[in-house]
Amino acid sequence: MIHPLRLFASALTLVAFGLLPALAEEPQMFTLDNGMEVVVIEDHRAPVVVHMVWYRVGAADDPAGQSGIAHYLEHLMFKATETMEEGEFSQVVEANGGRDNAFTSWDYTAYHQRVAADRLGLMMQMEADRMVNLRLDRSSWRPERDVILRERGQTLESNPHRQFSEQLRAALFQNHPYGRPIIGWRHEMEELTGEIATEFYRRFYAPNNAILIVAGDVEAEEALALANEHYGPIPAAVETPERIRATEPPHLAERRVIMHDERVSNPYVSRQYLAPIRRSGDQSEAAAYQVLAVLLGGSSQTSVLERSLTYDQEIALTAWAGYNGDGLDNGTFSLGVMPVPGVSLQDAEDALDAVLADFIENGVDDAQFERVQMQIRAEAIYQQDDARRRANAIGSDLAVGLTLADSLDWINVLQAVTPEDVINAARSLDRRSSVTGWLMGEDA
Amino acid sequence: MIRLIYTAALALMLTGPIATPLAAAVDITPVTSPSGHEAWLVEEHSIPFVSIEVIFTGGASIDPEGQSGAVSLMTALLNEGAGDLNAQDYAAALEALAGSVSFTAGRDSVSMSIRALSENRDQVIDLAILALTDPHFESQSLERVRGQMVASLESDARDPNTIAQHNFAALGYAGHPYARPSDGTADSVAALSLDAILHAHQTAFTSDLAYVGAAGDITAAELGAITDRILDQLPQSTATLPEYQAFDAEPGITVIDFPGPQSVIQFGHAGMHYDDDDFMAAYLINTVFGGGGFSSRLMTQLREERGLTYGIYTSLASSRFGDSYVGRFSTANASAAEAIELVRAQYEWLANGGITQEDLDRAQTYLTGAYALRFDGNASIANIMASMQFQDYPLDYVNIRNDLVRAVTLEDIQRVAARLAQPEALHFVVVGQPEGLE
Repeated sequence: MIHPLRLFASALTLVAFGLLPALAEEPQMFTLDNGMEVVVIEDHRAPVVVHMVWYRVGAADDPAGQSGIAHYLEHLMFKATETMEEGEFSQVVEANGGRDNAFTSWDYTAYHQRVAADRLGLMMQMEADRMVNLRLDRSSWRPERDVILRERGQTLESNPHRQFSEQLRAALFQNHPYGRPIIGWRHEMEELTGEIATEFYRRFYAPNNAILIVAGDVEAEEALALANEHYGPIPAAVETPERIRATEPPHLAERRVIMHDERVSNPYVSRQYLAPIRRSGDQSEAAAYQVLAVLLGGSSQTSVLERSLTYDQEIALTAWAGYNGDGLDNGTFSLGVMPVPGVSLQDAEDALDAVLADFIENGVDDAQFERVQMQIRAEAIYQQDDARRRANAIGSDLAVGLTLADSLDWINVLQAVTPEDVINAARSLDRRSSVTGWLMGEDA
Repeated sequence: MIRLIYTAALALMLTGPIATPLAAAVDITPVTSPSGHEAWLVEEHSIPFVSIEVIFTGGASIDPEGQSGAVSLMTALLNEGAGDLNAQDYAAALEALAGSVSFTAGRDSVSMSIRALSENRDQVIDLAILALTDPHFESQSLERVRGQMVASLESDARDPNTIAQHNFAALGYAGHPYARPSDGTADSVAALSLDAILHAHQTAFTSDLAYVGAAGDITAAELGAITDRILDQLPQSTATLPEYQAFDAEPGITVIDFPGPQSVIQFGHAGMHYDDDDFMAAYLINTVFGGGGFSSRLMTQLREERGLTYGIYTSLASSRFGDSYVGRFSTANASAAEAIELVRAQYEWLANGGITQEDLDRAQTYLTGAYALRFDGNASIANIMASMQFQDYPLDYVNIRNDLVRAVTLEDIQRVAARLAQPEALHFVVVGQPEGLE
């Protein structure tokens, strides 16, 4: 289970390696007159296109007391508009052989479709329509609120591991809304209404708060012309809402979370630290954390944690490390270990800390470092095979305040990381800015 | 995420290469190797790497009685050291090449998936062959991986989705390997001997029941040579494959107590085999009824109109040696009884000619249009190339498949719906603490 590792999830540029595949086009970026940003990633191998609109708004922008509203609105965006019936959006996509969906994170909300390339204009027409013409009746928002409550029941409350993560996050963030669940707290979700969603929608959904990503079999000029035709006429919002969020105070004390649940069969330790984000123009600090996470937990055989805890000491079933620096305000670095039966969580946690201390003391293994760098280089090639993933990475990066140049530069920054940078990153993990959780069964 | 992706948890084995896009662009080359093995190739030289997929028929279905999970555990041990390399040296060698070799045990097959850069392809293939033919199975690795697998199975045993799935299979496939979880149980895996692992290794990988697919930067001649290197060293098959058995559970409701706010409900009855002449009609029916779209009948009735669930999906779980027509959803304990009655009513609707010409048109447009979406990348294409052979589809299937979809008439649909949908035969497995059900 669980290597919560977002490996090299960003777009990569190929030029640096002399391995440039003939078909790989550099993504191109434009801005419409109304402020909407447009990125086109050409990939002509198959007559398919991915169309995504990312809004710079997410769960961390939920007003206090209304947790879950950004995600609820995401659901409601599939309801009726001035010109389309409830459910018609997805029906049209499906009737054209496509698939559509949407997702909400703390910092963004995105809507996407995947269709035959010649249906791109139709997707834009419908997506532009619901950017401004959503119309929420009680008969549509009321049952959808039950749906999100069922969703919370199914995906969170039926799963002790997810509930545990929710508890850890709530304890890690002392003031920032990153501590709230994206889906919302149940008691607040129960009070959400169509009116609240509409107010949120009017505030945040506008072309100058949105990013359009098109990836696939389309020429950049053609995609731009279509974007101008469909999104161009939408007037910009007078002012883009500022995303002013409560920030974290200095953390003085490490936190500990103990959770018992009868559905847990194998207990484990999970720790999360506050960590830096990828900063526009200066991603080197974040890159060091990313490489650190890969060295510590990126391979189930050869990573530092697995090698020591699972293979040498034989006290772990598995161990992991992860870094997420893709945020507007804070990143997180995580570590964890699931001990073999008979080893206590305290012993497992102590062993984990000892491995980390030893790593800092003795430095990076040269051969392992070399292999990780080789994999980063290879990722530049493999990623060309997956236009959807490139679209996702660029969309997410732009939505959290990075530039296209930052996004494309990420692999170069990763490659510039030195073993010293990695050790410095490891050294800077501060227990006072962390939460350590133990999840165990009822009887433990 | 607004909808769950319906994964293969329910569908035993996907119903074949349902969508094959790019009729024009996908050009499948049948390759016959020097030793006479067959492989299907889609050449695509624009990105310097290749994906290769080999499907070996058998999988968990050849686990001997009492050794449930043997093939699965054996498969998990293949990259734990092979040839001169211990587990860590083996992994490090692959990492240094930035290649990957993975094995996945399924109900009817074990798949070997290889990804390799063009610049060092042969070295990655060498490592793949090493794992396939000369794994160590040494006791320390065996015990470590066994411990991991037992932990994972114990966790599954407390997961309501898995509980529902396993109970449903046990009810409908009595006496057949499909009644057993393909990864075994914590008890069965704990009891597996080294001999059982060695036996699984000798029987699971055989040259006569292997299917090879590839996509990417490789020529037919190169693929032929690689196919021989992989398959020439393997024995001929000796294991007895299971007999086909139709799913057959007593109608009714089985409640399994499980704590939590919601009940997971798996439901269904017998299905249809993928080589049945009516299978395409059944596939269209499922698309309309519960096949994963937002606007399916079940989704509309339970989610959009009543907010009873986050998602409900059905699937023609049509496998090599058996088939069922199954669905699953989750709902609040208080609404479980209501939801079950509603699902039943939808089967009545389906059996009694509920599908309209408009529904059919929409499903046909969807399936033919979605044609283009399946072939998204070398790994997917390689997998489809191997799967098509495994399921005995003809080479030109990709080119005629959309015509087959379009040829289905409403008359076909009504006839096949009456055959497929059996409201009175439905069995519901409810995992939770539902109100008003026993």
